[in-house]
Parts: sequence; C-alpha cells; structure tokens
Amino acid sequence: MHSLATLATAEGAAAAATGITAYAWLLVALPLLGAAVLLFGGRATDKWGPLLATGLSWAAFVVGFLVWLAMLGRGHDSRAASLHLFSWVPAGSFKVDAGMLVDQLSVTFVLLVTFVGSLIHVYSLGYMEHDPDKRRFFAYLNLFVASMLLLVLADSYLLLYVGWEGVGLASYLLIGFWNWNPAYATAANKAFVVNRVGDFGLSIAIMIMFVSFGRVDFAGVSQAAGHAHEGVLTAIGLMLLLGACGKSAQFPLQSWLGDAMAGPTPVSALIHAATMVTAGVYLVVRSSFIFDHAPSAQLAVVIVGAVTLLFGAIVGCAKDDIKKALAASTMSQIGYMMLAAGLGPVGYAFAIFHLLTHGFFKAGMFLGAGSVMHGMNDQVDMRRFGGLSGAMKITWATFGLGWLAILGVPPFSGFWSKDKIIEAAFVGEGWRPWVFGGAAMLGAGITAFYMSRLFFMTFHGKRRWSDDVHPHESPLTMTVPMMVLAVGSGLLGLVLSLGGMFTTWLEPVVGAHDENERAVLSVPAITVLTLLLIAAGVAMAWLRYWRDAVPQVQPVGSMLTRAARRDLYQDDVNEGVFMRPGVHLTRALVFADNRGVDGAVGGLAAMVGGTSSRLRRLQNGFARSYALTMLAGVVLIFGALWVIQ
Amino acid sequence: MTNLPWLTVVGLVPLVGAAVVALLPTGLTDRARHVALGFSLVTLVLGIAAALQFDSGSKSQFQLTERHQWIPQFGVSYALGVDGIALVMILMALVLTPVCILAAWHDVPEGGSREKNYFALMLALETFMVGVFAATDVFLFYVFFEAMLIPVYFLIGSFGGPRRQYAAVKFLLFSLAGGLVMLVGVIALYHYGPGGADGFLVSKLTGLHLGTTAERLMFVAFFFAFAVKAPMWPVHTWLPDAATEARPATAVLLVGVLDKVGTFGMIRFCLQLFPEASKWATPVVLLLAVISILYGALLAIGQTDLMRLIAYTSVSHFGFIVLGIFALTTTGGAGSTLYMLNHGFSTAALFLIGAMLVARRGSKRIPDFGGWQRVTPGLAGVFLLAGLSGLALPGLSSFVSEFLVLVGTFQRYKLPAIVATVGIVLAALYILLMYKRMMTGPRPELDAPVLDITLREKLVVAPLVAAFLVLGFYPKPALDLLNPAVSKTLQYVGVSDPAPTSAADGSTK
Repeated sequence: MHSLATLATAEGAAAAATGITAYAWLLVALPLLGAAVLLFGGRATDKWGPLLATGLSWAAFVVGFLVWLAMLGRGHDSRAASLHLFSWVPAGSFKVDAGMLVDQLSVTFVLLVTFVGSLIHVYSLGYMEHDPDKRRFFAYLNLFVASMLLLVLADSYLLLYVGWEGVGLASYLLIGFWNWNPAYATAANKAFVVNRVGDFGLSIAIMIMFVSFGRVDFAGVSQAAGHAHEGVLTAIGLMLLLGACGKSAQFPLQSWLGDAMAGPTPVSALIHAATMVTAGVYLVVRSSFIFDHAPSAQLAVVIVGAVTLLFGAIVGCAKDDIKKALAASTMSQIGYMMLAAGLGPVGYAFAIFHLLTHGFFKAGMFLGAGSVMHGMNDQVDMRRFGGLSGAMKITWATFGLGWLAILGVPPFSGFWSKDKIIEAAFVGEGWRPWVFGGAAMLGAGITAFYMSRLFFMTFHGKRRWSDDVHPHESPLTMTVPMMVLAVGSGLLGLVLSLGGMFTTWLEPVVGAHDENERAVLSVPAITVLTLLLIAAGVAMAWLRYWRDAVPQVQPVGSMLTRAARRDLYQDDVNEGVFMRPGVHLTRALVFADNRGVDGAVGGLAAMVGGTSSRLRRLQNGFARSYALTMLAGVVLIFGALWVIQ
Repeated sequence: MTNLPWLTVVGLVPLVGAAVVALLPTGLTDRARHVALGFSLVTLVLGIAAALQFDSGSKSQFQLTERHQWIPQFGVSYALGVDGIALVMILMALVLTPVCILAAWHDVPEGGSREKNYFALMLALETFMVGVFAATDVFLFYVFFEAMLIPVYFLIGSFGGPRRQYAAVKFLLFSLAGGLVMLVGVIALYHYGPGGADGFLVSKLTGLHLGTTAERLMFVAFFFAFAVKAPMWPVHTWLPDAATEARPATAVLLVGVLDKVGTFGMIRFCLQLFPEASKWATPVVLLLAVISILYGALLAIGQTDLMRLIAYTSVSHFGFIVLGIFALTTTGGAGSTLYMLNHGFSTAALFLIGAMLVARRGSKRIPDFGGWQRVTPGLAGVFLLAGLSGLALPGLSSFVSEFLVLVGTFQRYKLPAIVATVGIVLAALYILLMYKRMMTGPRPELDAPVLDITLREKLVVAPLVAAFLVLGFYPKPALDLLNPAVSKTLQYVGVSDPAPTSAADGSTK
C-alpha cells in the first residue's frame, strides 16, 4: 500500500509538510487542551479557565496565521502540504492513518474559524460574565474550535467524521447549555438526532468509498474517482449530500436549526451561523472530485440549495423572535452556498467566498442581537423592540453594516459573493439556469425584505419596550468584537475580489472554471435586476415596519404567514411521519417483548424445567441440584463413551 | 520467566484469593474487600506481564501454551493458550474485576461472612473467566463455560434485588438450555475427530471433514449456546431481568465479560471448527443480528428502568458484534473483536455510573430523576461521556469498532449493513432521551443534600474513561493483537476479502 505522501506527490497536489506547517497539529491540540483542562480540572479552574480558553483560541489563530504566511511563501501550485500524524485504524484490509491536509481550502477555514472563534471567545467573556457555569461554557467553545479545525484539516473522510461529530457534540452541549429549561434540552436532542440522520448518509458514503476504492482518504479517493463508474459516484455524492443536509440544516433536515437558538447567543453566532453549519458546504466542495463526475448528484445539491434558500427566506419573513429570524436567514444563505457548490467548478469558489463573508456579517449580526438582548433583559421578541438606534449606537452601526452586507448592496461584502452566485446560477443551458437563477434572484429580494424587517423592527420605528427595560450599550468586551466583524462585513468582499484574488487562491483545490461558459442573461442585467428586487424588498419593509406602527401583538396573518411561523409545518410533518409511529412501534415492542417473546421463550424454558409452579418450589438450592445433575450427566456420558471405546 | 505457566498462574491467583477471602478470620472480616482488591490487582499485573510475552507476529495460533493430560480416557486435556482475541478478552476481564470490586465497595453493608462470600465469589468468577478464554481444549472450555454459571447464580440469587430469585433462575435456565445443547455437539465433535488421549484439543478438531449434515447440526448446537449467551434476539429475554436484579458490579461482569464468551465462541468454535456450516448459516445469522440491533435499540428507547435500558443497549451492541463476525471479512472481524473490548468498558461505565446515581436517588426508575445535572454535575458529566461511548461517538473507542463492523459488513452484504446503520440514529435516541429525562430540567427538590462523585468513584470511572479516549484515538495496540487472530480464523473458514470494485489503478471501467 502506498503511503499517502507518495500518492499525493504523484498527483502533484500535496507535498509533505515542513517548517511551521509540520506543527499544524497544534491547531487542534491547543484548543483541545483547553477543553480538557477546563472539563477535568473542575472548579479549581473557575477563575482563570475562561481566560485560558480565550488565550488558547487566539494561540490557534496565531499558528493558523503563520501556516498561512508560510503557504503564501510557496508557489501558486505547490501550496498544499500533507502532514502524516500516526497510524490510526489499521484493521484488516481497512487502513486509515491520521493525517492533515493543509491546503488553500483548509487554511481559509482555519483562519475563519480561529479568527471569528477567538473574537467570540472575547465577546463571551462579557456576555457570560455572570453565568455560574461560565467555565463549562468556555470548555465547550474550545472543544468546538478543536473539532471544527479537525474537521477541515483532516486528510481522510474518516478523520473528518471525528471532527464532524465533535462539532455536533459541542453544538448539542451548547444548545442545551441552559437545559434546566426542558424545551432547551429537547432542542439539543433534536439537533443531535437530526444530525445523526445526516451521519447515516456520511457513514454509507464512506462505506461505498472503501468498498469501491479501498481507500477513504482524500488523495486516494480523488485519484480513484476519475476511473469509477458514474453510478458509484452518484451514490457517494447523494449520501454525502444527506450528511451535508444534516449538518448545514438544509432541506429536508433543516428542522433543528431554529430550535438550536436555545443556546447562548455567542454560540448561535459562532456555531449556528458562521462556522459549523457551513461544514456541509465544505464537505461538498472538498468532495469536488466526486461531484464533478456525478452530474445527477450535483443536480440534487443544486435543488436542495435552491429549495432551502427559498424555504429559509420565507420562514424568515414571519418570525418575530430575532434569533429565529436570523436562524432562518442562515439556512437561506447556506442554501445559496449549497446551490453554488452544486454548480461545479463555476460555483465552488463563490460558495466558499460567500461562506467567508457570511461568516463575518452573520456572526456580527448575531453578536448584535446578543447585545440587544443583553440590554433588553433577554427579550427576543422584535415586537417589543423598536427605536433602539438611539440607545445602542455601536450595536446599531455594526448591525447596520451586517444588514447592508447581507442585502447584497455594493460595495459591502455580501454583494461580491452573493451576486456572483446568482450569476453562476444563470450559467448553463435549458431550463436549469432560468429556474435556479430565478430562485437565487427571487431569494435576494425576499432576503432584503426580511432582513430589513428585522433591522427596522429592532432599531427603528416607535419604541415598543416593556416598562421595566432600560436599554444600554454593551461593555467593550462585547462591542469590540462586533466592530471588528463589522469591518469585515463592510470590506472583506471588496478586498478579496480585487483581481479575483480569492478565486485564484482556491483554484488549485477546486479547479478553474471555463471562462467561456455564458450566463443566459448578461451580467449587468442580472446585477441590475437583483438590485431592483433588493430595493423593492427594502421599500416594502420600510413601509410596513418603519413608517407604519408595528403591532405589539402578533396579528393573525395570512395563511402563508401562519405556515411560515410554523416553519412551513416541518415539525408537524416529522412528528406525524416519524415520531408518532416510532413511539407506537416502541410501545408495541416493549409490550410484545414482555408478553410475547419472553412468554414464548419462557414457556419453552418452563417445559424444559417442568411447570412454572414446580420451578418456584425448586428455586432454593437449585444451582446445587443443577450442578449435581450436570455432574451425573457428565459421568453418564463419560461412562457411555468409555463403554463404546 | 518465559517457562512460567503464565495462564495457569493468572487464573489461579484469584482462586487462591477467593479462598483467602472466604476463610478470613473473624477479626479481619472487614478487610475482605481490601484483600479481594489486592488479589485482583496482582492478577492484573500478572496478566500484563503475561501479555508482554505475547508476540503478535507469531505464526502459531496459540501462545503461552500449556498442556497436560487430564482425562486421557476421554481425550480431555488441560490445555491453555491464547490468540490475540483471547488475550484481549482476558486483559479486559482482569481490568474490569478490580474496577468492579472497587465499585462494589459498599454493596454488602451488613458485612460478616456474607460480605466475604460476595467478594470471594467475584474472585472465583475471575478465575473461570480467565479459564474460559484460555482453554484450547473443547471439553475444558465447556467445563469453564458451565462452571461460570455457578458464581454468577449465587451473585444474582443471593445478593441481587427484590426479584433476584426469579432473575437468577431465569438466567440459569437459559444458560443451562444452551449449555446442554452444546454438550451434545461437544461429544459428537469428539467422535468425528481423531480421538485419542488429546482428542478434544482445538487444534485436533480444526479442519475436519465432517460431512454436511453433521457439520451443520454441530454448528447449530454450538451456535445456540453462544446465541443465548451473547445474547441475541429472540433468546435475549433473560438479560434485562438478570441485569436489573443483579448488583451493578455483577451486571458488568455478566454483560461485559461473560456474554463475550458467546461471541468469542462463535469465532473460535463456530467459524474455526465448522467453516462450511458457518457459511451456510450466514444469511440467517445476519438476519438475527440485524434484528437484534434494531430490536434492542427500540426496546431500550421504551424502557423506564435504567438498568433494563442499559441491558437492551447491549442486545443491540451484541447484534453489531455478531454482524461483524459473520460478515467474514478481516475488517468486520477486527471491528467485532475490538467491539467486544470496547463494549466491555462502555457498558461497565454505564452500569457503574448508573448505579452511583441509583444509590443516591434510591430508585432505578428513570422518571424518578430529572434535573440531576444540577445536583451532581460531575456524575452527570461522566454519565454523558459513558452514554456517548454507548452511542459510538466518533473520537471515542466504540466508534472505531462500530464503524469497522459496518464497513466490513458492507464489503460483502450491502443491505444488512445499511439497515444496521439505522442503529446509529436509534442509539442517539436511547442515550440522549435517557440523559434528558434523568439529567436535564429544573433542579429537583431533595430531602437531603447529595454528594457529587467521590474519590473512590473517580477511581472506578477513571480507567474506563481513559479506555474510551485512548482506544478512540489510538486503537492500534489492540488492533495489532486482534488482526492476526482474525486473519487466521478467516483462513480456516477459507474466505478472503473482496477486492475494491473500482480501484485506483482503473482496471475496472
């Protein structure tokens, strides 16, 4: 069996890591150490634990930054490096080593995760200051960062799976952080179980890879995928998509994300907006060597993306809970990324680009929402906000930049990434560009409406506060991270677009796309149409939620509004189709096991030993008589054998 | 030192310990558990020393072998020896025994001879556990296989919960039924073998030409006994009763070690001695295994008794183990044997930590808990960790083995593997629902203050948690022991792994 290094070099993709890159394992080890110290150290670490966790997270960022610098120092096509760690699972014909793939894609994620993650650690120092379980919270945050970095740095699907489940665990623990509230505990369980349905897909995908290619590392699979049957690749692609749907809250496994807002707001910002939920997009882009040769699976990815982006946008229009509205928006934005990832080489880079800008502006807006809640006694109902722009100037300004970014207004970040996705969606022939491009464009209009609704309901219009709140700006530990993220929301898109910088950067990983592919509409037409739709969305929101008074009590609403409030009945469907039949099946089986199976086998046993009443009499000292019987039997048999011989 | 009969010594020390503990003079009665713990630790050290003599690159099937004539008239030898699988099982038993003794520290508060008997029985059981895995003579194996029942019967029947008599008798009857059927097979096998003074040796009985019908009948006789022991659906019903009525420490040794004799026997005897019949029976066995996986998981979801719930998760896990064994691939085999090890630790953690909670609450009923994360955060934390090991969370040891079983099965049998994979969703449900019902929610009103995890309890839990983490990230040492034994068994069966269908060389397009 070839070692990974030889194979990779043969491909010209990844050379063995040297210099600082050989220490890339520290990226995972540092935050993991933090989690271990805080969890096993117990109360002794209460005082300094949160600071240690924050420090280790920043340390990981520094390592990531140095790794990135080292990578910039290498030539455009020789930037990827592989790092062999140890022989992990050598079992029979299944051999997987633990190793890391440090390439442009993974380093992009490393920088995003450690930078935004560390900012959110800082923010949490303020936000969680008075929580008695603060130490546990920081331990989980560190655990999350370590797992997420393992996920993006792993060089095989099996090791990726460990990170994949690690972030799921961190998510579960943090959603249920305040699980004294039973609803929050249920939300945590829901997130984990729905993700397990996705894991079912990921598991099967890995199994098919092993059975087909004999390998489950990226280098081996990518090499073999070029020769494989399309059917095999389609099956792998669809199963990977199932996994991605679970993690990234894509239709039909989207139901957990709204409930996940039960977690503390910094968690919503980091895990359920900026990083973890985008792991599904990472998985699809990382598996480009599979999807590029499996057009049916690609189509499925695009459909899932398009459906989810509209689904999330519609739900987002009806939510009054600021966090749930943002969650719906996250779903929708990841739908954009998924759609782009499904388009193939024309979309991969933009999927990741949008993921990056979204990571900044959405995390910023979540932190802004946290800041609002902090000043409003943890109120989340936007019908009780209004006119906060005066009371919380920094929060208003930073949130405003995020709002402009997500709308896709030039020159803010979202414009550069989302507009490109819409353009890419219009590329192709036949019905597809019209349907998918149209969906993406329509989605932009709806996004403008619901995000403006959210922004106006919170910061503008009349004050609808309850009597006992006195909104105030948050402390610096919270506002500084918000400001940093706001700068990113404002400028990151523009900077990374200069000279196609970001797409060129990713090209060696995801491949170059054919410049000759034309969109069915001209690019200026797409941009103008999109901007018009966005303007219309903002105007509608302005009329209804700034100019007109917002009722403090939710109006009945149209049928569509009521459906959207209930997340388009996703929970009712899941409950009716899976949960209730499952409960009945379980109850029936428990009954049957006690009466039926046990009864039948017990009856048989009773026949062996005589009637059950006689059994009861035999109970005292039964073992002794049994031993005696056995002895007698053995003697008898030996006797018989002896006679025969 | 290499000439020392290591396995006999390792097996004999706990037996001596049992005698010492049972015969402790009255003045030292309250020292019984200390003495028992001491003997079990010495045994563990000896076991590790024995394992260091083991060479995983060796060509012969068994190492550390000993052989003496016992009843030459009937071909019975006192023959011991281990392959990698047996060695790993013995080491697991040696680790779990002191852990269980420490966990059982306050199990017999009344003290006196009852306490002495309790710990003596545990040590006696350890001897039989070593013997049953080390025996390389089919008859000797049978003797240990049956002898194990006696200490367990008394441990359940005399020291168990309110329905202990019922549970003990049920356990005994099931095992007895299985054992007697196997005995018929054992004797028949001897007759088909070469006979002679050492005719019961495994090595003499391997590779016989038995004739289709005879081989199948004997396979069924052995398999039935092992399926009851394992336990598989539908002969699993003794387990929940035994597990909930037994003391937690007994339940751990019962489910964690003794039941492994069933799956161990399937590999050592069913596959190795009856290869053709094993292949013949595979479809049915796979079906039963898949049913066990799903059935055990669904039943676990529906339980309200904590100990019964854990017992049903084991039914599900044993389904995985059997599935991997009968997939007849090196990957599946390695997965199953590693699973046997990991399951021992993860079930031990669930039972023992569960018992610590039960002792504090005074009830085994899950609805009687609620909000206990606020009462005993430390215990809640390790309980969750044990649960995550039970649901095979990637990063913990059980994931490696469960995934190997699934991928190894998928190599040959796609549908069973896919259906079995549904088990991972169900596992999340039974663990997380249990955790939610017991640990989350508002802090309960309690009459008296409750201690969080104590030092002794930390000592019980620490080795188990260490096993989850170390074997999750670095299972290689265990796999290096198991791989050669699995390959050897599959050689006896005469199967080799399917080649990748479209390998990197591109030959199949």
